Amino acid sequence: MLHFLLRRLLLTIPVLLGVATLVFSLLHLVPGDPVEAMLGESASPQEIARVRTQLGLDRPLYAQYWTFLEGVGRGDLGVSLRTNEPVAQAIATRMPATIELAIAAMCLAIVVAIPLGIVAAAGAGTIVDYAATTLALAGISIPNFWLGPLLAIVFAITLGWLPVSGSGTLAHLVLPAITLGAPLGAVLARMTRASVLEELRELYVLAARARGVSRAGAILHHAFRNSLIPIVTVLGLQTGAVLTGAVITETIFAWPGVGRLLIQSINFRDYPLVQGCILLIAVTYVAMNLLTDLAYGMLDPRIRYE
Amino acid sequence: MSSRRWQGRALLVTGAIIVGATAVAAVIGPWLTPFDPASQELPLRLAGPTASHPFGLDELGRDILARVLAGARISFAVGLAVVSVSASVGTVLGATAGYFGGMTDDLISRVIVILLAFPGLLLAIALVAVLGPSLANVLLALTVIGWVGYARLVRGQVLRAREFEYVQAARALGASAPRILWRHVIPSAIPAVVVQATLGMAGAIIGEAALSFLGLGVQPPTPSWGTMLNGGRAHLLDAPHLTIFPGVAIALLVLGFNFVGDGLRDLADPKQARR
Repeated sequence: MLHFLLRRLLLTIPVLLGVATLVFSLLHLVPGDPVEAMLGESASPQEIARVRTQLGLDRPLYAQYWTFLEGVGRGDLGVSLRTNEPVAQAIATRMPATIELAIAAMCLAIVVAIPLGIVAAAGAGTIVDYAATTLALAGISIPNFWLGPLLAIVFAITLGWLPVSGSGTLAHLVLPAITLGAPLGAVLARMTRASVLEELRELYVLAARARGVSRAGAILHHAFRNSLIPIVTVLGLQTGAVLTGAVITETIFAWPGVGRLLIQSINFRDYPLVQGCILLIAVTYVAMNLLTDLAYGMLDPRIRYE
Repeated sequence: MSSRRWQGRALLVTGAIIVGATAVAAVIGPWLTPFDPASQELPLRLAGPTASHPFGLDELGRDILARVLAGARISFAVGLAVVSVSASVGTVLGATAGYFGGMTDDLISRVIVILLAFPGLLLAIALVAVLGPSLANVLLALTVIGWVGYARLVRGQVLRAREFEYVQAARALGASAPRILWRHVIPSAIPAVVVQATLGMAGAIIGEAALSFLGLGVQPPTPSWGTMLNGGRAHLLDAPHLTIFPGVAIALLVLGFNFVGDGLRDLADPKQARR
C-alpha cells in the first residue's frame, strides 16, 4: 500500500508543476499591458510603475517564474491589488464557507441519489425506475444557474420558507446546497443504477439468492458493495463539477466562499487574486483525484498491486 | 429488436425532435415573432406574458420570445463552432499520440493531464477573465478545454486499433503513417467521437450560457440565454418570467442533445448503455 501511495504522490508532482505554470502564464496572456488593464486608463505612470515592480513584471520572465513557484511553495500567492490583503489570507478566510457548501451538497447528493439508484435498479423497467431515471436526466440537463434562481423563486420568494441569499444559518445553506448537489446527485443516481443493475446479473448474486439470502440482502450486501468502485470514481470525478458549480452557486446566493471571491476579483481585474483562486481550486481538484485513486486501492486490493 | 436498442432508438428520436424543432425555431425565429430582439417598448418593461408577447418583456421592454429565439441562434453557433474545432483538433492530436507513441505521446498526454487538472469550466473562466469577456474569447476558451476529451478518447481508440490486423497489413504493404491514420485508424474512432460530439454540444451550450451568466461571455445587448438569466436575477420577485423562459430553453435543448447522445451510445455500444 505504501508503494502504491508513493507512486501516486510522485505522479502528482509534474501535474501540480504544470498547473502552477499555466496559472503563472495567465497574467502574461492579458492583451496589452496587464498593469494598465488592472489599474485602468486613469492610472498615473508612477502608479503603473509601482504596481509593475510590486508584481515583479519588470524582471526577466524566468526570474518571475521562479519567484512565483517559490512563493507557491511557501504558500505566498502575492497581495490583492484592491485590498492589499495577502491572497493566501483572503482565500483562507473564504475557504471554510466553500468547504461547508461543498460538503453539504455532496452529502445531500449521496443521501438522495444512491438509494434512488438502488431502488431504480431493483425495480428496473417499472414505473419507479422510469420516474427515477427521468428525475436524474432532468437533474443533468437543468443547469445550476437556472435551478438556483428557480428554487429562490419558489422557496424564498413565493413560499417565504428560506432566505434568498447570504449565509450564517442552516436555512441559508439549504438552497445553495440543493443547487450545487442536484447535478451531482443526478450523475450519481444514474451510475448507481447502472452499476447495481450490472452486478445483479452476476452469478454470485444468483448463488446468494439460491442460498436463501433475501432479494434486499442480495442487493445491499452483495451487488451494491461490488458496484462501489464505479460509484466512487464518479464521486471523485464529479468533485470538479462541484468546485466549478460552487463558483456559480456562490454567485447566485451571495455565499461568501472562494467561488464568489474569484468572480469578484475577475470583475475588479485583481489578477493576483484570480491566479490564487484558480490555483487553489485546481490543486484541490488534483488532491481529490489523488484521494479517489487511493480509495480505489482500499476498495479493491487488486488495483494497488497493478 | 432488444429492449436496449429500442430504448436507444426512442431516446434518439425524442432528442432529435427536440433539437430539430429548436433548430428550426432558431432559423425561422425572425418570422415567428414580429418583434426585433433589440427593439424596446419602455412603458411595458417587465410586463408578463400576454397574447402579443407570449413570453413577456424584459427590464428594457424587449420581447423575450424574440430574444430567446435569437439566443438559440447564438447557442447553436457556439455549440457547432466549439464542437467542430475541438473534435478536429482532439481527433488529430489523440490519433497522433496513440499511433506514434513515444515522445509525441508523452508530450500530448502531459498537456492533456495538465488541462484535465482544471475542473470543468474553471480554465475557461480563467482564460476569459484575462482575455476579456466577448463571444470570440468564449469560443476560444471552450475550445481550449474542449479538445482534451476528444484527444483522450481517440488516443485510447487508436491504441486499440493500431494492433488490428488490417492496420498491420496496411503497414506491411508500405502505406505511409498519415494514410494509415486517415484511412484505417481514425475511421474506427469516429462512432465514439460522434457520441462525444453530441454530448459536447450540450456541454458547449451550457458552458457559453454559464460564462454569459457570470458576465464573462456574450455581452449585452446581444441576446444570449445566459445573459438573459443574469438580467433576470435582479427581478426574481417582480418578473420571474425573465428567468423562467430562457432557462426552459437551455434545459430543453441540453436535454435534447443528451437524449441524442445517450441514444447514439446505446445503439453504438449496448454494453455501456444507460450509464
